Amino acid sequence: MTDEELVWRIAGGSGDGIDSTSQNFAKALMRSGLDVFTHRHYPSRIRGGHTYVEVRAAGEDVASRGDGFNFLLALGDSFARNEREGAIYGDERAKPLYENLDELREGGVVVYDEGLLSADDAEDFEARAEENDWHVYPVDLRGMARERGREVMRNTAGVGVTAALLEYDLDAVEDLMRGRMSGDVLEANLDILESAYEAATEFEFTHDLRMPTGEHDEEQVLVSGSNTITFGAIDSGCRFIAGYPMTPWTEVFTLMSQYLPDMGGISEQVEDEIAAAALALGASHAGVKAMSGSSGGGFALMSEPLGLAEMTETPIVLLESMRAGPSTGLPTKPEQADLEHVLYTSQGDSNRVVFAPGDAMEAYEQTRDAFHFAYEYGMPAIVVYDQKLSGELKNVPASFFDRDPDPSLGATLTEDEIAEAAHHHSGKFERYTHDSETGAAPRSVPGQRGGRYLASGNEHHPTGHISEDPHNRVTQMDRRMRKLTSVRAELDERDHEASNQTYHGPDDAEYGIVTWGSNQGTVREAVDRLNDAGHSVKMLSVSDLAPFPATEVTEFLESVESALVVEMNASGQFKRLMQGELGRFGELLTSFLKYNGEPFEPREIVEGFESMANGEDVHGDDTRLVRAAGD
Amino acid sequence: MSVFSAIGEEREVDQNEYTPGIEPQATWCPGCGDFGVLKALKGAMAELGRDPEEVLLVTGIGCSGKLSSYFESYGFHSIHGRSLPVARAAKLANPGLEVVAAGGDGDGYGIGGNHFVHTARENHDLTYIVFNNEIFGLTKGQTSPTSPKGHKSKTQPHGSAKDPIRPLSMALTGGASYVARTAAVNPNQAQEILVEAIQHDGFSHVDFLTQCPTWNKDAKQYVPYVDIQQNEEYDFDITDRKQAAEAMYEAEGALYDGTVLTGRFYHDENRHSYGDEKRSVGEMPETPLAERYFDEEYEWERSYDLLGPHK
Repeated sequence: MTDEELVWRIAGGSGDGIDSTSQNFAKALMRSGLDVFTHRHYPSRIRGGHTYVEVRAAGEDVASRGDGFNFLLALGDSFARNEREGAIYGDERAKPLYENLDELREGGVVVYDEGLLSADDAEDFEARAEENDWHVYPVDLRGMARERGREVMRNTAGVGVTAALLEYDLDAVEDLMRGRMSGDVLEANLDILESAYEAATEFEFTHDLRMPTGEHDEEQVLVSGSNTITFGAIDSGCRFIAGYPMTPWTEVFTLMSQYLPDMGGISEQVEDEIAAAALALGASHAGVKAMSGSSGGGFALMSEPLGLAEMTETPIVLLESMRAGPSTGLPTKPEQADLEHVLYTSQGDSNRVVFAPGDAMEAYEQTRDAFHFAYEYGMPAIVVYDQKLSGELKNVPASFFDRDPDPSLGATLTEDEIAEAAHHHSGKFERYTHDSETGAAPRSVPGQRGGRYLASGNEHHPTGHISEDPHNRVTQMDRRMRKLTSVRAELDERDHEASNQTYHGPDDAEYGIVTWGSNQGTVREAVDRLNDAGHSVKMLSVSDLAPFPATEVTEFLESVESALVVEMNASGQFKRLMQGELGRFGELLTSFLKYNGEPFEPREIVEGFESMANGEDVHGDDTRLVRAAGD
Repeated sequence: MSVFSAIGEEREVDQNEYTPGIEPQATWCPGCGDFGVLKALKGAMAELGRDPEEVLLVTGIGCSGKLSSYFESYGFHSIHGRSLPVARAAKLANPGLEVVAAGGDGDGYGIGGNHFVHTARENHDLTYIVFNNEIFGLTKGQTSPTSPKGHKSKTQPHGSAKDPIRPLSMALTGGASYVARTAAVNPNQAQEILVEAIQHDGFSHVDFLTQCPTWNKDAKQYVPYVDIQQNEEYDFDITDRKQAAEAMYEAEGALYDGTVLTGRFYHDENRHSYGDEKRSVGEMPETPLAERYFDEEYEWERSYDLLGPHK
């Protein structure tokens, strides 16, 4: 938590350019030396409907959305419905102003476009502004934009006014514009930006908020989890993707489709998700590093090919970007309720690797891990993340991505190696060898001399032929399950710092907060605040979901008196996983849950922890506390 | 040694090379039409001089799915209805492979119907053999998408209220560039058609009539058959879409009246295969993608070079 920070919320209608404007503004702040983090809120529709993005910026590390915000740029919704529909949905044109006021901090700044909406449309606005010490600046942004360019450029006017009110130099914003636009469009935007800036400097500033300052030691890049997963796949030598569009997985699918053809790779948009995962299997079987993925409902369709990958021991990486369910749920809102779906879907005993990265950098690392384990052991590896990590932007040092690619096909043999490997007397390659130490069964690839075998989804002999022999069954089953032990051992060999699990806070803390996935940064900030406030708390954020890091988690839980388990679902799936894997600690673990479609704010976790410590029950509108079994 | 040295070598191939040295005993019922498919496919591959190690046979589930166990090549015994997406991607990953997909009428026209239409639409360079015996066999005799209207089974005891599917028309409408129907009872024609289908550069759909002596009682259901190429009554231009559509429509209807019309129904040699189309728009590499992973000299691009727009 920084003392001086800006949390700038730009609000408008979907299709009004909220996303692109906020991205550019965030990038300008990053280039000015600030650490930035964005939080995206959007409805499941193309045009109109209330949408906003928050850009949090500070002089030092920010890894989470903030508690509310302190600067509102309300643009109005230019795609608002007509009056008749307005009677049902409310006045959407004015929503960007009044829908956002509840989270606006005391002393906050409001700039609204009086060319498109009126403060009179927001109930009790003046009274609330006075009560909360909000500093309100109505500006005719639409008028400015119309006069000097086009109405759609009122975003630019809003940025100009923002910069003036925060005493922020426009250079970085103008540099970005020059990089993205040209000709008349650029000239008009620069004109609007500068005139809006000039106009706003004439205002009498009643607010104290100013742009924080900072400095980076090295060049930064602004990336989302979707960006870094894509980069991780590319650096792993993945050159084949098949998919079907579904929010929020589409972001990775789109990025991969844009990059791959120019890298000599292949991207396929196909008829459904069953086909998508089956294509990835087919490509991998033929000797290519391949991936597919989806979100909840689409991943459900991949259940079949996922099991087939386990049985045929075909390497494959699948992504699951979770959104709120069940069924189509809240299509554009995050949740972590597909955990059990990802761990156990498909018939039979699961034999898969599952990672849940906690932030954009881990998303890169763990995507590389997923490819490594999938190809070394011949099994599916899944990266499960969510709508929050998919879309939130964070600055990361550019050098972080400066790594060697890993195009290795893992346990895949060359023809020379095949010649040395075990063959049935018929000449058939015994791919599904019985006596592999690690469980991995190195494969041949169709077209290789001497490598003929049958990849079968039925139980099979070493050559792949169908077998219902009980002894063979047990031997094959045990070998496949042995891979999980080997993967776990390989992960456990990493030292504490290199482990996929993330620790934060004093080692000897009295209490713990355990979380997984995209809550990591938010929990980290809450832990800092709790310690500053005199509590003794540390964090464990778990990324290895399968095979589960039993030793690490046990050590952590044994070192604390009790722990709060923070996750975004209604039934405490991760807590259930921990207890199932460890066989104990039920009396130690209190669940803290949120499943309203909005990610946690740090403040909520602080409050949740205090409720646990004070023995209070919580079942608020937004969060819920479920006590440990021992309480 | 080349990376995939089994690919592209022309030599004399004995069809017995396609008989597995392991588990040679097929579990199909005596008199099953599936034996006819196996024999025709072995014969066709040998006639074409294909090395078993450059062939990938992808099958679905059911009696037909077991084809990959009795046919000696690289094989992928996948899941019900999903042989085509697996086969498609393998062909894209390594266009040098001779890829054949096979499944039954329930597998191909029922559960895999969506994949069938889309694979035809994209015109992948594959051969797709559908064992059509008008019944679900391995699950013991339920009505299938090609069972005749009124067909009684344990799952439709009052008789099916559905018209059977029209597989040839579906393939043509989908976009298949080669469509034929043959029958296990006509081994010479079957092998000729498979040879032509495999050679064809595009999606070849072969509706292969396979009698089921166990669940469709009458093992002679496709006898007598008429080879439409050998019969002047059925004189039409197989490169003409409209004429082909009419001939298919007639053949599909006549089958249930006891008139078995087999032969080539459509052959478009001008339509580019999907791989060619994809290469022409720059969405597929000129050389097989799979080879790259064995090339130690290849310089892999890195994400670090893509960071520009993020700075």
